[in-house]
Amino acid sequence: MFGKDVNESKCASIESRLVVYLDGRAQPAERHAVEQHLSTCAACRSRAEEFRALWGVLDDLPSISPSPSFDAALRARIAAEPKRRSFWQLLPSPRLAFAVTALVVMSFWLSSSPRVKVSPTQTSELNRFAQQASVDSDFGMIRDLPVLENFDVVSKFDALSELDVPPSTLSNEGAKETR
Amino acid sequence: MLDVKAGDEASFELLLRKYRTPLVNFLYRMVRDTAVAEDLAQEVFLRVYRAREDYAPRAKFTTWMFRIATNLALNSVRDNRHRRMEISMDQPADSGEEDARPLEVPDRAPSVEQELVARSRAAMILRAIHSLPEKQRAAVLLHKYQELDYDEIARVLECSESALKSLLFRAYETLRVELAPLVSPTVRVERVPVQRSQQPV
Repeated sequence: MFGKDVNESKCASIESRLVVYLDGRAQPAERHAVEQHLSTCAACRSRAEEFRALWGVLDDLPSISPSPSFDAALRARIAAEPKRRSFWQLLPSPRLAFAVTALVVMSFWLSSSPRVKVSPTQTSELNRFAQQASVDSDFGMIRDLPVLENFDVVSKFDALSELDVPPSTLSNEGAKETR
Repeated sequence: MLDVKAGDEASFELLLRKYRTPLVNFLYRMVRDTAVAEDLAQEVFLRVYRAREDYAPRAKFTTWMFRIATNLALNSVRDNRHRRMEISMDQPADSGEEDARPLEVPDRAPSVEQELVARSRAAMILRAIHSLPEKQRAAVLLHKYQELDYDEIARVLECSESALKSLLFRAYETLRVELAPLVSPTVRVERVPVQRSQQPV
C-alpha cells in the first residue's frame, strides 16, 4: 500500500519531466531520473511510448501555404498605413521652422549662459565702496557749501570778467572745462 | 529585425518570406479558418512593421512575433466563440467546422483512397488539436510545430517554465486519448487520470 503511494507520487513527479525527456531537451540529471523511473514503472513506460507514437501522428498534419495574394494584400495594408510625421513636418513652412529653432536656441542660450556670481566677501567689499563713495560725495558738498550758497551772486559778479586773466590760466581753465 | 528598424525595407521582405508560412500555419491551427488565419498573419506583420522603430531586442524576434500572433489568435477565437453563441440561439449547431480549403497532403501520387484516408486523418488530428483548451493548444503548436524553446513558449504564454511543462503534459495526454485510433490502433488506450491540478495556468 505504502509502496504503491510512493510509486504514484513518483509518477506524478515524472509527468512534468516526461515531455522534456521525450523531446531530448532534458538535462542529464533529469534524464537519468526519468529513465530510472521508466525502468521500474510499466504504466509510465507505456505512456512514454504512446507519447512518442502521438508525436509521429502529429507530424502527419500537413501544412498549408499562404494564398498567392497574401503578400500583395499585406503590402496594400502597409501602404494604407498613415506615415509617421516628424515634428518638423508638422510645421507649415521652413521659415516658421527656422524661427522656432532660433527661438529655442536663443532661450536655451540665455538660460544656460553663465551668470556673474558674487561671493559674500566681494559683496561686502562692493557695499563698502558704495558707502565710501556716498560719504565722499557728501563731504565734497559740505566743503563747497559756501560757494554753492553764493552761486547766484558769484555768477553775476561783473567785476570778475573785467579782471586781466593771463592766457595760460584761461587755457588751463578751458582745458579743465573741456575735461 | 534590427535592419528593419534601421529602415532596411529588404530586411522586412526577408522576415516576411521567412515567417509567413509558419505564421499562417500556426494561426490556421489555432483558428481553423484560412481566411481568418491569413488576415491575422497580415495583422502580425503589420504590427511588426508599425513597431519597427521602437523595437528593442529584449527577447528573440520569434518570441515577440509569436506572442503577438498568439494574443491575436486567442482574441479571435474568443470573439468567434461569442459570435457563434449568438448565432446558435437560432440555428442548429455546426458539426462540420473545418475550413473549406483542402489540406496540402504530400504529393506522392497517392490513389484516391489513400488521399481520402490522409485527408480524414489530417482532419481528425486538426479537430483533436482544436478541442484542446486555447492555452494548451497554443503550447502544443509552439512546442511541436514551431519547435520553440521552453523559455520562449513560457514567455509567449506568460507562464513559468514548470507550469508550461505541466500544461504540455496535460495537452499531450488529452491528444493521446483523442487520437488513440491513430496512435496505436491495436492497443487499447485508457484514459489515465492526470494527477496534477487540472486548473489552467
